[in-house]
Amino acid sequence: MSVIAPKFRLGYFLKGIFDNAFWILTIVTLAGIPAIQIVLFYLELPVIDGELLTAFLAFTWLFNPTMQVPLIKALIYSDLFRIVAFPGFGFAALIAAGTIFVERKMLAKLQLRVGPFYCGKVEGILQLAGDGLKLISKEIIIPAKADKPLFWAAPVLFVGTAAAFVALIPVAPGGWVVADLDVGLLAVFAVIGFFPIITILSAWSANSKFPFIGGIRALHQMVSFEIPLILSLLGVVILTGTLNLSEIVESQSSFPWIIFMPIGAIVFFTTMLAELERIPFDLPEAESEIVAGWLTEFSGMMYGLVQLGSYLKLYAFAALFVIIFLGGWTGPVFWPPLETEIITEGIPIPNYAGDPILTVNAPGLPLLDQDPNEWVLQQQGELQYTSGQLLVSGVIWFVLKTVGVIFFILLPRGVFPRIRLDMLLHIGWYKLIGLSFVNIFIALGLVYAGVIGPGGIL
Amino acid sequence: MAEQVIPTKKMPPGLQVENVDDRIMTLNVGPQHPGSGHMRIIVKIDGDYIVDADPDPGYVHRGEEKMAESRNYITNIPHLERPVIHDSCNILYPYVLGVEDLVGIEVPERAKYVRVIAAELNRCIYIQYWLAIYGIFLGHSTMFMWPAGDRELLIDLMEKITGARVTHAYFIPGGVRNDVPANFEDVCLRQVNYFEKRIKEYADIFYDNPILKARTEDTGVLSREDAIRLGTTGSVLRASGVDYDLRIKEPYDVYDELDVHTNVLKSGDSYARSKIPWLDMLESCNIIRQALEKMPKSGSIRTKLKPNPKGREDEVYRRVESGRGSAGCHIISRGKPEPYRLKLSVSSFRNLIALPYLLKGEKLGNMPAVYWSLNYWPVEADR
Repeated sequence: MSVIAPKFRLGYFLKGIFDNAFWILTIVTLAGIPAIQIVLFYLELPVIDGELLTAFLAFTWLFNPTMQVPLIKALIYSDLFRIVAFPGFGFAALIAAGTIFVERKMLAKLQLRVGPFYCGKVEGILQLAGDGLKLISKEIIIPAKADKPLFWAAPVLFVGTAAAFVALIPVAPGGWVVADLDVGLLAVFAVIGFFPIITILSAWSANSKFPFIGGIRALHQMVSFEIPLILSLLGVVILTGTLNLSEIVESQSSFPWIIFMPIGAIVFFTTMLAELERIPFDLPEAESEIVAGWLTEFSGMMYGLVQLGSYLKLYAFAALFVIIFLGGWTGPVFWPPLETEIITEGIPIPNYAGDPILTVNAPGLPLLDQDPNEWVLQQQGELQYTSGQLLVSGVIWFVLKTVGVIFFILLPRGVFPRIRLDMLLHIGWYKLIGLSFVNIFIALGLVYAGVIGPGGIL
Repeated sequence: MAEQVIPTKKMPPGLQVENVDDRIMTLNVGPQHPGSGHMRIIVKIDGDYIVDADPDPGYVHRGEEKMAESRNYITNIPHLERPVIHDSCNILYPYVLGVEDLVGIEVPERAKYVRVIAAELNRCIYIQYWLAIYGIFLGHSTMFMWPAGDRELLIDLMEKITGARVTHAYFIPGGVRNDVPANFEDVCLRQVNYFEKRIKEYADIFYDNPILKARTEDTGVLSREDAIRLGTTGSVLRASGVDYDLRIKEPYDVYDELDVHTNVLKSGDSYARSKIPWLDMLESCNIIRQALEKMPKSGSIRTKLKPNPKGREDEVYRRVESGRGSAGCHIISRGKPEPYRLKLSVSSFRNLIALPYLLKGEKLGNMPAVYWSLNYWPVEADR
């Protein structure tokens, strides 16, 4: 091809990495540390050596390792951390950012292009940040006849609903989920049900023709695909007898449900593509027919927020697929390896039981709080893995599986053209609903034959 | 249902009063719409169905025909290829043939072969561009990038021959502007063979794609009778089952010495109309290989003209098969260095006439597929 990428030069490559590191350090120093300090004022901080920590001591912690570890532990176990960082929004946004990067580069390789290349110097890794800055700096234009409150609210509601969806996703064993509900799957259905409402409201409030057609299409698509979506997951609910997502994952410790429910998995994957408005189901945003569909009138960061929301939604759907059909975080524990030597620091008592103030650091996991009893039991050979080991290994398995599913969600974009509305409705109402009923009957058959389920063979 | 509007006084000629219907929504597809070219289609939809479509070209009218009247036969060349810069050799071909008739000069044998090669290369370049847009209109972004990338092969080749990537201004009355480079035969053969290998891969990802077939088959069906009645040409006509190719029916230059096949499909739907140009590209590769083989290895490439040639008092009409269909040029000469009147008869406008008939009753989602399958180039239609 005549598309010629600049020649690789080690010097430029290293310079790119150093430049990036320099700027990251500079920004962290100038903006990150003050921001962290401001947040610390609102957190409950632990007592270390009889001294109550305050945010004023922030620079003391920086240079005092003995104070850092308990402090970070206290942060990790706060609710703020759960919502903002690990199983919640930050984790999902990080995966979403990675998804956008992988999507661009993968699609570029598929189409014999280079993809983002210059921004960030190393394979265009900062392209997303650059796009975000551009969107923030752009003017927000609102149509003159638009219903302004609804029009403003739509992108925020979209991101908020996507984040609510993310909050229901358990990521690791031991309750690493923002909202651990007993009706988790039902709550997921409820949250998914909000998306068409937001879409049609934003499309209608823009008071413009193309967004309106796009909104109607989105409504058709989401409402008609919600039914097979719910039905395809009911098979697993019948087999496990629970709606709690964490319990559904734990029920798959020996085998994932996709072995028995391949039809349900296929139906769910197809409906997932339609709910996410991805090619071949991107009718609500069909460019050559209705400009950008229901996103036509959004400009600047309003558009950016909708895109952020849709990528969060993508992560959440992929994670839901992993949780229900691929066994979530279950998988062989491979990291960190078990240590045979006894640690001499800090934990002297065999058959330890009880004192809640003392904590134990397992080797390799200094930041994760361990139950001392677990550690002792592990040393005595009565417990195979401590909860910290299960957590780290579980998160790795979960992320690997989710990334795999996301890859398969991205792939059709390079392979298929867009389908038409009548074909879409035909697929949704005739084929997928029928297949999901077949899936439910398979599940019922397995339960009544006594193979799986309460009191089953497996 | 809104009340019928009754004009109270007599309307001026040309103005109409439209009845407003609550069910009907009018969409302006274009000229600032990603799914239109430099033109507008006024589409009226009832739900998802198109009840009326009114193509409105004319946004890029440049007055090429009027401009031609004040320039002499040589200086007309660079601006007459402007309507379709991607197919610049073919759109210039009928003009050059006509001027040769008027001035009365013979073209050397080698120049005829070079012209055929350049015209076929340009046909491929145009079709690749058209195909890329057809791909993105259907939401298939890989089909946008692949033809756009593979097109570069032939553009590089044309750059080697003519010195320009897109606007070549290569054909002149009496032959071609300059000779091909020294090792042209080898380079051209290699590039064309690789190009043919690449475009055969499009079948896997695009033409055999089940979603594409389900989407474009049986949409916008143009029957054989309608295709003839509406006056369509080129790929649209051949997709409806009419075996009509000017390279065979009215061979010009050396096309009668080459083995040219036409591709005809019977169904007349969007799928057939999108497949014919692709088959034409494969056929063009065959023609180029034959022409390279039969081309005289040396000789003149141009008959010298007088500095300001005057045509005899006559009128000529010559036409060729361009990438879109028949492209004709009607020149009236009054014995002066400038043409008295020059008329470009282009296939894009003829094919556009079929659009309202095809879109009526279609679904809105089929609009881009039907519209762009007509092998229509807005700038050429406006001239």
